[in-house]
Amino acid sequence: MTRVKLLQGNEACAEGALYAGCNFFAGYPITPSTEVAEHLARKLPRSGGVFLQMEDEIAAMAAVIGGSLAGCKALTATSGPGFSLKQENLGFAMLTEIPCVVVDVMRGGPSTGVPTGPGQSDIMQCRWGTHGDHPSICLTPAYVEEIFSETVRAFNLSEKYRTPVIVAFDEVVGHMRERIEIPEPGAIPLVGRPRPTCPPSEYLPYDDSRGDVPPMANFFEGYRYHVTGLNHGPDGFPVNASPRIHTDELRLLRKVEGNRGDIVRFAEHRLEDAEVAVFAYGICGRSAKTAVDQARSEGIRAGLFRPLTVWPFPEEQVAALSGRVRRIVVPELSLGQIVLEVDRCAKGRCAVEGIHRVDGDPITPAQILARIREAL
Amino acid sequence: MSGRYEIRFSGSGGQGLILAGVIFAEAAAIYDGINAVQSQSYGPEARGGASKSEVILSDGAIDFPKATSIDLMLALTQEACAKYCKDVKEGGTLLVDEDFVHDVPAGDYNVIRLPIIRTASEAVGKAFVANIVAIGAIAAITGRVSREAVEKAVLSRVPKGTEELNRKALSAGYELVERRTV
Repeated sequence: MTRVKLLQGNEACAEGALYAGCNFFAGYPITPSTEVAEHLARKLPRSGGVFLQMEDEIAAMAAVIGGSLAGCKALTATSGPGFSLKQENLGFAMLTEIPCVVVDVMRGGPSTGVPTGPGQSDIMQCRWGTHGDHPSICLTPAYVEEIFSETVRAFNLSEKYRTPVIVAFDEVVGHMRERIEIPEPGAIPLVGRPRPTCPPSEYLPYDDSRGDVPPMANFFEGYRYHVTGLNHGPDGFPVNASPRIHTDELRLLRKVEGNRGDIVRFAEHRLEDAEVAVFAYGICGRSAKTAVDQARSEGIRAGLFRPLTVWPFPEEQVAALSGRVRRIVVPELSLGQIVLEVDRCAKGRCAVEGIHRVDGDPITPAQILARIREAL
Repeated sequence: MSGRYEIRFSGSGGQGLILAGVIFAEAAAIYDGINAVQSQSYGPEARGGASKSEVILSDGAIDFPKATSIDLMLALTQEACAKYCKDVKEGGTLLVDEDFVHDVPAGDYNVIRLPIIRTASEAVGKAFVANIVAIGAIAAITGRVSREAVEKAVLSRVPKGTEELNRKALSAGYELVERRTV
């Protein structure tokens, strides 16, 4: 009975992190993500974990990298302006292959924008916010229970592939409360980072000779090694030479792109015989589900594709879908970002059109239903 | 969508209306086993400004969590009433504080006027329990959540040492409605 609770999305995120074994949080409070930090500030110290409120988001991201290098499962949570500040260190973690989870509770932007209203306009920043070619994993839950389970999955993927994972959801699902049953410990399997089996004297931190994910030693356990944001060789020291830079960059991308089958997750609703599909995530996915059910009750063959992984983008799935439907409608709380990815994958096989809203309110089922009707 | 019932609590930031929504949803979802979600909307101000909290109850799944066709709306201030009453559905109910909301926009809904804030400050003794008085009144009007569940939800959310005060506020809210219908 005590495992059944009415939890806010942000609280479920914090609970998911604890379930996954998170024992280090560093952050700086910002609406609408603050409750993630607030919840962990109460709970982490009691379970022997570390909670740090840093001087800003840049320092918080740096602290998370340090915590992870010391062997912790590390998390930070932020929103638009803070997410921008984290980008440089996020890129550092990607190149140095340091597992960590970054939660971005999306509000309206750019700049201070609409702090208390929902947005989805950080979604391309989740892919390309930091400079250079780099892998990106970004999960997009829409329900309170899903925020819990996807936060656990974010930690698992991050540890397994030694890469930062972003969990991005909007203010509506971050702040709304819904019934959730917290799974028993052990019900969701947990994954730890690959660990070295060799003695410290033989350890090479970026040795990829036995696979794309090199074993990672924790600091302060006898394995001393160099960590740099410069491109580096197997020993972790800078290498500025061909072909190592090229092959290593390809390996970083391959860790994610080559494991799409493991990483890409999505939910389908009534798509079997659909003529019109809605592609939507987060709060828009919730609105779209209601709209699809209403359309079906009017005899319109509509269905919903709701990605839980936006990066890497579900390219194969959208390509296949575009060959089966006449139109894909893409509601999003931005002026046109993820619709371009859908269009890229549809390659002209069907019409693709967006519904865009950035006034601080969610897109309603009625708005989506109207567009589904027009599509016929 | 079957049996969807939408409630909006509105007033001024600081009146505890988000908490009122949370308590009401908790009564339904945790103590009565009814599907319920709660959401909220507020401005960047810490106090003041129009604030609202919404609770959706349903026999089925609740995907869209916001109220768009409201069965019952509470307004504790004139500003909130004017700003938010447009979403009350035809035949729905608009519950307003009779001392603070004088100008109720015309609409195809039933209007109930109750002295919620005055009851909290005079009969119960503390103006800040107006949100709990409102929960009692709304629970009585809707009849959708059991009194036992509402009382448990209130007592589990209020600070220790204020249980008696809040129980009294909740009863006063129920009585405002019961007295009216006798």
